[in-house]
Amino acid sequence: MSDRSRNRGFLLAFLVVSLLVAGVASYYASSHPDGLEYVAEQTGFLDTAEDSATAEGALADYQVEGVGDSRLSGGLAGVIGAVLVLLLAGGLARLLRRRGAPDEQRV
Amino acid sequence: MHVPDGFLDAPTSLATGAVAVAGVGIALRGARRELDDRTAPMAGLVATFVFAGQMINFPVGPGTSGHLLGGALAAVLVGPWTAVLCLSVVLLVQALFMADGGITALGTNITLLALVGVGVGWVVFVGLRALLPKRMTSIAPAAAIAALVSVPVAAVAFTGLFALGGQAPVALDTVLTAMLAWHSAIGIGEAVITGLVVGSVVAVRPDLVYGARPALDVRTLEIRTGGVA
Repeated sequence: MSDRSRNRGFLLAFLVVSLLVAGVASYYASSHPDGLEYVAEQTGFLDTAEDSATAEGALADYQVEGVGDSRLSGGLAGVIGAVLVLLLAGGLARLLRRRGAPDEQRV
Repeated sequence: MHVPDGFLDAPTSLATGAVAVAGVGIALRGARRELDDRTAPMAGLVATFVFAGQMINFPVGPGTSGHLLGGALAAVLVGPWTAVLCLSVVLLVQALFMADGGITALGTNITLLALVGVGVGWVVFVGLRALLPKRMTSIAPAAAIAALVSVPVAAVAFTGLFALGGQAPVALDTVLTAMLAWHSAIGIGEAVITGLVVGSVVAVRPDLVYGARPALDVRTLEIRTGGVA
């Protein structure tokens, strides 16, 4: 197998795992408050939290607005969010990268 | 550990916003040294994995959960400056689209999770890497311990910000004790996930692990020596 296809295979596997975690496994995540929220509640400053300006957004709270089934809605929101992150972070890294690195032939 | 709007007052949020802008600005310069044609795709994927991993809340006690922060994980895989950018992109998408973490709190969250989380994770990792045998098998345990430490330190950093700009009259020692206790427990989950993921990548593609480069150089030299003998 060439280095190029070996690289592609690994990157593709990494992407598939990430999308499965965001799109499928996330349904089984604990719905209990996280550490900070729990501490805020216990010690009495949770009430100072305000709704985010994006609380009414189409993907707010990892649910796609208008999709009734919570498994599908949550999974879709996770996948859409993951793809947004991939495009933004991947695009930024592409812009910043050094071209023609010494070991370019290994790509 | 996503801080919502309202927990901290405006001056504190403005200050963390300025710290975040400065930190990301420095990271944009630093990441140029870490990224090349081969590692750039890895940066996008690591950010994607951290976003996905942060969706998985695991139980840490009765009524409480925690999730991956990913600072140490990202720093070891793609380098600390690139990791700051990865975490910042994750937090930006979460704040803008998922209403996870406040908008005015975005600077606070970048400061805590991207700057403190990545910074502590990387410094502890580099320290352990220097102490442990220069072998590939040292990388995942070093990353796991770095992850373990990074979570309670970020929790202490939050408590520090709460001391400066908290919006409720709550005893600080109570907040500190509770934050440290729960986030030490969450740190164990962070360590397990980080160790497993870094260990898996080291096993199949050690050349794509930024933090493993010194160990990889040693291994390459050993192979060459063996070839001559």
